Amino acid sequence: MRWLIGGAVVVGGVMVARRLLGGAGQSKDHWQQGPARRREPRWHVATVNRPASDVAPGGRLPEPLAGLGDAVEVQLRPAAGDRGTEVAVRLRDGARLPVATAARRVTGRDPEQAIRAALRESKQLIETSEVLHPDYPPTTEPTPMNKPLRMATQQGRREGRL
Amino acid sequence: MKALVWQGANELAVRQVPDPQMRNEQDIIVRVRRTVTCGSDLHLLGGYIPFMERGDVLGHEFLGDVVEVGPQVRKHKVGDRVVVCSFVSCGKCWYCQHQQFSLCDNGNTNPMITENVWGAAPGGCYGYSHALGGFAGSHAEYIRVPYADQGAFTVPDEVSDERALFASDAAPTGWMGADLGGVKPGDVVAVWGAGGVGQMAARAAVLLGADRVIVIDRLDNRLEMARTHLGVETLNYEQQDVSGELLERSGGRGPDVCIEAVGMESHSSGPQFLYDQVKQQLRIESDRPIAAREAIYNCRKGGSVFVLGVFAGLVDKFPLGAIMNKGLTLRGAQQHGQRYIPMLLERMARGELVTEHLATHTMPLDEAPRGYEMFKKKLDGCVRAVFQPTS
Ligand SMILES: NC(=O)c1ccc[n+]([C@@H]2O[C@H](COP(=O)([O-])OP(=O)(O)OC[C@H]3O[C@@H](n4cnc5c(N)ncnc54)[C@H](O)[C@@H]3O)[C@@H](O)[C@H]2O)c1
Ligand SMILES: [Zn+2]
Ligand SMILES: [Zn+2]
Repeated sequence: MRWLIGGAVVVGGVMVARRLLGGAGQSKDHWQQGPARRREPRWHVATVNRPASDVAPGGRLPEPLAGLGDAVEVQLRPAAGDRGTEVAVRLRDGARLPVATAARRVTGRDPEQAIRAALRESKQLIETSEVLHPDYPPTTEPTPMNKPLRMATQQGRREGRL
Repeated sequence: MKALVWQGANELAVRQVPDPQMRNEQDIIVRVRRTVTCGSDLHLLGGYIPFMERGDVLGHEFLGDVVEVGPQVRKHKVGDRVVVCSFVSCGKCWYCQHQQFSLCDNGNTNPMITENVWGAAPGGCYGYSHALGGFAGSHAEYIRVPYADQGAFTVPDEVSDERALFASDAAPTGWMGADLGGVKPGDVVAVWGAGGVGQMAARAAVLLGADRVIVIDRLDNRLEMARTHLGVETLNYEQQDVSGELLERSGGRGPDVCIEAVGMESHSSGPQFLYDQVKQQLRIESDRPIAAREAIYNCRKGGSVFVLGVFAGLVDKFPLGAIMNKGLTLRGAQQHGQRYIPMLLERMARGELVTEHLATHTMPLDEAPRGYEMFKKKLDGCVRAVFQPTS
């Protein structure tokens, strides 16, 4: 798969490095590159079951991704076999997420976590028009036995590839 | 409201919990008329799936009345009598659009656990632990149903509650085993397990045109039920030589399709049971795959094995050699109910698919702990215990 346009576009007032779809590729498909680039921050990729025009209409990324600001690079490309659009995001070298975003993601210590959460939420918004929330109020109670699970669950809601 | 909650391994209680709230615009709230035990709950009850918290509400097979409707819901209105698929699926992701609803990308609000354990997350399921989304279960007066246009189905007037209830989980699960197992007219089909799921798989095989359908279990009352209500043959593995009988009944070839409807706590009278049980209790092996081994061993060359029984992790002594050398197709899945429920409700309305005999015991929700005790120990011929939270 090759890329038509390389470079940066302004999305929602934020600089996002992005490439558009198809055609002759001037620039390389970084996120599929192997070990040579492995020291750089990893690309997090999700496939959204919609054409790119729905993923970033008019070049505008969905709010959770746009909210990460210019701390991240975002690339879109059509997924093979009519699977929609692959959205790849990674932290720019040395970049930090905007404080507000980090704060909103509660701990905010792990930027990779914020990226995965933003990808997952964006995918849900585009595919289903809303982000699915867990039940509330909870019926469970903390016990010494389930403390590790409760911690894992809290993390799990923020993380996940999906 | 009142609900049946998990308190710890093999400890259940009926307790007051907060009423569910609408959380998304595609949600409905259902007032539960009937909700039923499933073999899958037994794996949770015993603590074999270590992602339960004290206070989690159990139950995923249910039917009830819509009492609240989110602004984005189109198919349902207050007062509709609906049966709800046990799996939570969005209907919009690639998997849902390819009819693999239990693999939904968006139905599990907590995908990290299963991504770590299995490499990817399936959709969510009501009352089925925090690994499958942590959604409150249906053994309660009310339940929140996300993606209601996808997962809730209006029950035709001519189908009773008793019958429609099983369109939620047991019937679509069984149908999927026969359908995706590839049952064709003329096939010989063997089904391990005569619980609700195995019986529904056997009936599906009949309706899909199988020539002979043979259900295997050791519980005579269940085998009797399968003969009477489903019109199939049976084998009691404690009294009969399963391999010999299957060969004899399939012209020496072995069954074309073998459906495993037993799961990770399967039983055997032989020494392998002790072996697997000890390993499982020491947590060296998480699941006991006895019926799965037998299904693979007895399947004809080039045949197909479908695993409906729930497995959570690792099994031991898995006959990969038989799969490879006999050229078998092995598949499994959590149920893709949204794909089958409308068709199953039609068959129920026409009387082709009867299910109410599975409900051997019906009781108020207050008695649910007793219901689970009976279901777990298969006491008094219990096949399924049905609870009526709001009658
Ligand atoms: N794939 C899905 O989506 C899905 C949905 C529902 C249930 N399930 C699973 O299906 C399985 C069956 O569910 P159920 O509700 O019918 O359970 P159940 O406990 O009522 O029935 C299981 C039956 O298997 C029999 N059995 C045990 N060991 C056996 C063996 N070695 N050979 C033959 N039979 C044996 C038992 O005697 C019992 O009758 C469970 O593992 C459950 O978790 C899967
Ligand atoms: Zn079930
Ligand atoms: Zn989906």
